Amino acid sequence: MSEARRQIERVARLSYGRLVAILSARLGSPHRAEEMLAESLLAALETWPERGVPDNPEGWLLKTARRKAIDAWRREATAHAGQQEIIAMIEERTAQVGDGAADPRLNLMFVCAHPAIDAAIRAPLMLQLVLGLDARRMASVFLVAPGTLGQRLTRAKAKIETSAIGFELPDEADRPARVADVLDAIYAAYAVGYNGMPAGDRKAADLTQEAIWLVSLICAELPGEAEAHGLFATMLFAEARRPARLDPQTGALVPLGRQDPANWNARLLDDAERALANAARHASLGRYQLEAAIQAVHAARRRTAETDWDELERLYRGLVAIAPTIGARTGHAAVLIEAAGPETALDALDAMPEVQRRSYQPWWATRAHALARLGHKADAHEAFARAIGLSDDEAARRYLWTQADMLRPR
Amino acid sequence: MQYIIMNYTPPADHPDAQSVRDAADGEVWGAYTKALVEAGILVGGEALHPSATATTLRVRDGSRDVQDGPYADTKEQLGGFYVIDVPDLDTALEWAARNPAAASGAVEVRPVITRSQ
Repeated sequence: MSEARRQIERVARLSYGRLVAILSARLGSPHRAEEMLAESLLAALETWPERGVPDNPEGWLLKTARRKAIDAWRREATAHAGQQEIIAMIEERTAQVGDGAADPRLNLMFVCAHPAIDAAIRAPLMLQLVLGLDARRMASVFLVAPGTLGQRLTRAKAKIETSAIGFELPDEADRPARVADVLDAIYAAYAVGYNGMPAGDRKAADLTQEAIWLVSLICAELPGEAEAHGLFATMLFAEARRPARLDPQTGALVPLGRQDPANWNARLLDDAERALANAARHASLGRYQLEAAIQAVHAARRRTAETDWDELERLYRGLVAIAPTIGARTGHAAVLIEAAGPETALDALDAMPEVQRRSYQPWWATRAHALARLGHKADAHEAFARAIGLSDDEAARRYLWTQADMLRPR
Repeated sequence: MQYIIMNYTPPADHPDAQSVRDAADGEVWGAYTKALVEAGILVGGEALHPSATATTLRVRDGSRDVQDGPYADTKEQLGGFYVIDVPDLDTALEWAARNPAAASGAVEVRPVITRSQ
């Protein structure tokens, strides 16, 4: 491969999101920004091998994309007479140089997680616009038909354009709620990646890395946002435990409580604890800091060889109070088995709405564990069977079989 | 909206009718079927005899051509199907991902044309 080609690939890989962000802000249209960037990358492929790589490749691509955008507008505008002032306005807008302050990708992330954008599409939209992931690859991980995801992304980008969602960072008053939306979208991307991973899905594993990168960008650009540090810590804790998640012999999932801390990545755990300490410097408590604190208690087992169940129970109670999701409530119930006994855990499980829990695999697995602890073998076996039927990965099924198998009457 | 979920599995997994029956009542397929029933979305479904029992027929230029074996000789074969009633394709895919054939072979999901639509 020629030097020029290598350069183009490097720029496309490293700077894609930044260039789309800058262009989107200037053109007011992420869709057009992507189009124009694609055209200027094409132009680079044509000219760089002959004329050499310019000193500032990103600057060259931006300038080319901007020129192409103006040309395109001119072409469209000549079809509609009397739009000269619009062209003048656009030229003025596109001539503005980035003020060099914040990373423009941050602005783009706020646009993608804007309240006007459907919450379900925010994560894939962010991954596509900021990181350049393509719809096909994301569709598998998000478990959506590729064509459907493509349509939804196109619709979301059109919405940004037609409703002229601003590219300025939200002001102080709106900041906390808007940051929360951005973090939720990043966490959604991380969660689908993490859950899709046990089967060894590379696409899913990559997605967790991208999500970690996105949240680290927020931590760097908005260091005062405690929740961003909390989310960063949560993800690093989960990453650190990844090597211990599967039994190398059987391929079965190993639940957190049975993982050997020696298999955890100590360096990542240190990083996670540091990120949590960064969050603690700011006097605000939120969902992600609590999630990170829960992870930190589990991680402390590497030093103390014990799990502090009472502390976990307190933290989960706090989490359920501010974010009563089905996941948090089920997690709380699982901890209650150890902290307060299986009867209390079953009460907490039964208190959850039937429609939410009916097809939620972790609810059935937790219920099975609580019943097994009480010695209700037949009921426990049935609950394990339900959890198996609701599992979408082989590793979880294998773990649940061995649990169910131990309860079988002999 | 009704969707058919077709299970394509390696024929070696269930070489005869008895092994299909055992699997259907077993811990994996049985648990999946039960989860569909308990969720209240199962419309119907059947398990099929192994693909080796299939007979394929074509009529070309007025003459019949009957062959032993399934229509397409692929690595995975249609082993059975479920029909479910769920609000949208996203939900259907969620259930398809839980289908044991998704891990061992492939699962095809298609909307069913119903009379009322």
